Amino acid sequence: MSLFDHKVSDLHELLHKKELKVSDLVDESYKRITEVESKVQAFLTLDEERARQTAKALDEKISTDAAKGLLFGMPIGVKDNIVTKDLRTTCASKILENFDPIYDAAVVQKLNQAETVTIGKLNMDEFAMGSSNENSGFKKTHNPWNLDRVPGGSSGGSAASVAAGEVLFSLGSDTGGSIRQPAAFCGVVGLKPTYGRVSRFGLVAFASSLDQIGPITRTVEDNAYLLQAISGLDPMDSTSANVDVPNFPGSLTGDVKGLKIAVPKEYLGEGVSESVRQSVLDALKVLEGLGAVWEEVSLPHSKYALAAYYLLSSSEASANLARFDGVRYGYRTPNADNLLDLYKNTRAEGFGDEVKRRIMLGTFALSSGYYDAYYKKAQKVRTLIKQDFENVFEKYDVIVGPTTPTPAFKIGENIDDPMTMYANDILTIPVNLAGVPGISVPCGFDSGLPLGLQIIGKHFDEATIYRVAHAFEQATDYHNQKPQL
Amino acid sequence: MSRISIEQVKHVANLARLAITEEEAETFTKQLDKIITFAEQLNELDTENVKPTYHVLDMKNVLREDIPKPGLPQEVVLKNAPEHKNGQFKVPSILAE
Amino acid sequence: MEFETVIGLEVHVELKTDSKIFSSSPNHFGAEPNTNTSVIDLGYPGVLPVLNRKVVDFGMKAAMALNCEIATHTKFDRKNYFYPDNPKAYQISQFDQPIGEHGWIEIEVDGYTKKIGITRIHLEEDAGKLNHEKGYSLVDINRQGTPLIEIVSEPDIRTPNEAYAYLEKLKSIVQYTGVSDCKMEEGSLRCDANISIRPVGQKEFGTKTELKNLNSFNFVRKGLEYEEKRQREVVSSGGKIEQETRRFDEATGSTILMRVKEGSDDYRYFPEPDLLELYIDEDWKARIRSEIPELPDERQKRYVEELGLPAYDAKVLTVTKETADFFEAAVKAGADAKQASNWIMGEVSGYLNAEGKELNQVALTPEGLASMIKLIENGTISSKIAKTVFKELIENGGDAETIVKEKGLVQISDESTLLKIISEVLDANPKSVEDFKGGKAKAAGSLVGQVMKATKGKANPQVVNKLLQQELQKR
Repeated sequence: MSLFDHKVSDLHELLHKKELKVSDLVDESYKRITEVESKVQAFLTLDEERARQTAKALDEKISTDAAKGLLFGMPIGVKDNIVTKDLRTTCASKILENFDPIYDAAVVQKLNQAETVTIGKLNMDEFAMGSSNENSGFKKTHNPWNLDRVPGGSSGGSAASVAAGEVLFSLGSDTGGSIRQPAAFCGVVGLKPTYGRVSRFGLVAFASSLDQIGPITRTVEDNAYLLQAISGLDPMDSTSANVDVPNFPGSLTGDVKGLKIAVPKEYLGEGVSESVRQSVLDALKVLEGLGAVWEEVSLPHSKYALAAYYLLSSSEASANLARFDGVRYGYRTPNADNLLDLYKNTRAEGFGDEVKRRIMLGTFALSSGYYDAYYKKAQKVRTLIKQDFENVFEKYDVIVGPTTPTPAFKIGENIDDPMTMYANDILTIPVNLAGVPGISVPCGFDSGLPLGLQIIGKHFDEATIYRVAHAFEQATDYHNQKPQL
Repeated sequence: MSRISIEQVKHVANLARLAITEEEAETFTKQLDKIITFAEQLNELDTENVKPTYHVLDMKNVLREDIPKPGLPQEVVLKNAPEHKNGQFKVPSILAE
Repeated sequence: MEFETVIGLEVHVELKTDSKIFSSSPNHFGAEPNTNTSVIDLGYPGVLPVLNRKVVDFGMKAAMALNCEIATHTKFDRKNYFYPDNPKAYQISQFDQPIGEHGWIEIEVDGYTKKIGITRIHLEEDAGKLNHEKGYSLVDINRQGTPLIEIVSEPDIRTPNEAYAYLEKLKSIVQYTGVSDCKMEEGSLRCDANISIRPVGQKEFGTKTELKNLNSFNFVRKGLEYEEKRQREVVSSGGKIEQETRRFDEATGSTILMRVKEGSDDYRYFPEPDLLELYIDEDWKARIRSEIPELPDERQKRYVEELGLPAYDAKVLTVTKETADFFEAAVKAGADAKQASNWIMGEVSGYLNAEGKELNQVALTPEGLASMIKLIENGTISSKIAKTVFKELIENGGDAETIVKEKGLVQISDESTLLKIISEVLDANPKSVEDFKGGKAKAAGSLVGQVMKATKGKANPQVVNKLLQQELQKR
């Protein structure tokens, strides 16, 4: 039994009673990493020396000072597109291979205030572009449930490290499903908060209007605690919302009586595997058993979300990734004797194929003569997709469906065909386009591979999502299953 | 019918400052053509009277007060620079000598 | 063939805020390279912009002073291009919803007045600075993020002189609003010019060239004059104007080809997702409008109508707000308006030009100037002595009465004192007395000079003249 089989609140209690030290938690992380990291390959950078120092310092604090935050001393992993001062941050890209940030992301500052211990930086698809971690510029992370399978992406390292017990919990980022999809594939809990709930300052931008940082945890309760710690208005992020942060853990009442659930027929249609469909129907039965009611609804513009998403996210990315030019930081080509070659070769040598493909697509969609037909058209379709959600949320409390159409696929299976790979995100993308929050919780297995149930809420109503997810989790046993590594 | 030509792909690569080989240009042309063709399904939708959504939240006028903070020390600014000289970032001339 | 010249100007003005447009870094000129920067100005991965409220206030103020309509809804856009002084490889600017549109200013040039339209004014961030060395360039990010307004004129300007007058007027108005120093030598005002020619009567515009490196208003005029002539010669000899960017060369006074434009640049503008829309309501507009001071045209009119100044004086005094404020304060402190005007346009401006200083860099106060003018008017000091007093005032400050007292510069008008001195001078200069008696009226002048010399210039010249005539008659 691992220490990380305990919930955050239990570990906190043990620390409080001095039956456990922060050093024990940090030891647990690095011990497990030593055991399984060669198989899972979730980390890009480990920060062991500093983590142990921090643990020591926190342990000294424990003996002197009584009041501790709930996350005090908890070992966390951070996705490598979240900037950490003096800790290498690469976005899994060769272009930032030796990048040593000079500032901390807003969420990292919040973690520091909460006195968590950062164990290391987690692997991802390069610049968060991908659904399998196969687009990492450095290594492929493996799914702890089946090492031949992908962990999902782009926060593959974040989900795999939690599933493998290497860290207690982690932060990921979600632009089109990048928290929820790997959480589903790895059998853990992952939430994409409402756009604007968590500051993006220090999250290396992929698609600014879609990106959100969110927690990946073993349990819904832990997830609520971690979100609580990182939420809130940030004056450094103009798009962070000035709304109250409710007590998320306090919303975990277990009570879903009378809750109105909408199940979009588009989310159980073509392309969704039978095992996935069945697991969702089973989950709905569980929720019904708890007193919730569900009805089938339609989100009629769902099928257009994928196309709109790829145009918009790639357009924004083409500008966001233009700053990687070899001038102020990051990789610089040795093969240039003039400025134009410096730019072109630095970027050609530093970026991987998928990143280049999206930069090219985005540049094209914004270029003269195509802007209206592609970029602006996609923004209009985004309005229709957002309206779909608004219409459903007039009558229903949450939307429920699968997180992914299939369980985790084999490493290498989709790599040659971008379009097949993109289709993986078809059920998560509309949520980002609408800016609403969504969670994935474990809801079953197919041939030993975890499946995820997606619960989508209204803007800034993570509390209801958590309540439903928690009630479901407590009524099932999926979250107690662990991969055998 | 192809939606994007190899010449366009090369033009776009130049705009994006990406060096590409002839072979890459061909591959990108095929892949981008497929993606763009797929994206054209958006034309099935009549969006004549639909407003674009640039921001998903209905927020506006986020402003800060005009209060200055000291700049970073020069050595911190230059810490990650591949090349620097006299306190500045060094780049090659615009054109080859 | 008769040609008509068509000129449009694009003026960039740096706004004098304390911090930058999208970051809290200090906004001031002349710091050590890369010391006025933050991770935001450096375009570090993960950073986000937050708009400075004062930049919007200042942009609105300038736009209102230039008679623009202020947008109710406005936003920012990304303008994408790679250059080492552009750290994010996009500039945050305003594309299709500028803060101000449809403005105008009135210029007076070569004896006529004319309205020049202003197409738009938008807010944007300045770039860093590239210093070119042999074989490489160095990048200083300090200037990155300095708030700018870009003021684009209509192609209403027809002569280089009109362009010059437009710039002077624009600078004057913007300076009055207090949003910028408009110092071309420090780059806080910069100008690019578009110029084309067309046969008189033709409606369509000719192909334009863009002039850059215009580092003073004079160079703008010279560059346009050269380009006007060059284009006429090209067309008259059957040639064709290419759409190109040309650099003004200060040494030769000519323009040199920089690059030929191939189609329009593809900046791939799109709405900045990191910033939210701005909604400017009527209250906000009213607040800014109430902060705009009286502008040069109104002041000029008032000086003529209320203070009785000649139109020329009124125009010169109102070019800068600093001068006009100084003038008004002097008048308020009791100086005669015309006298104050004469001194400001004459001695004061002469001193400032000679010393290369600005009014706020010298010790002279409006009260000091007024005190001196009053002493001249009541006869306490002569205008000659006044020059000494003025020098003291402008270099060391203070008020004229104290200076006059401390330095013993009070004019001697007392007849008995002067009579004694005159007698001594006449006694000492029998030859001059003889000459005067012999009909050489000029000789009196030399005697006056002797009296002034003996009194160190303090003798009242009118009294000396009168007494000298009397005494000479007696001899």
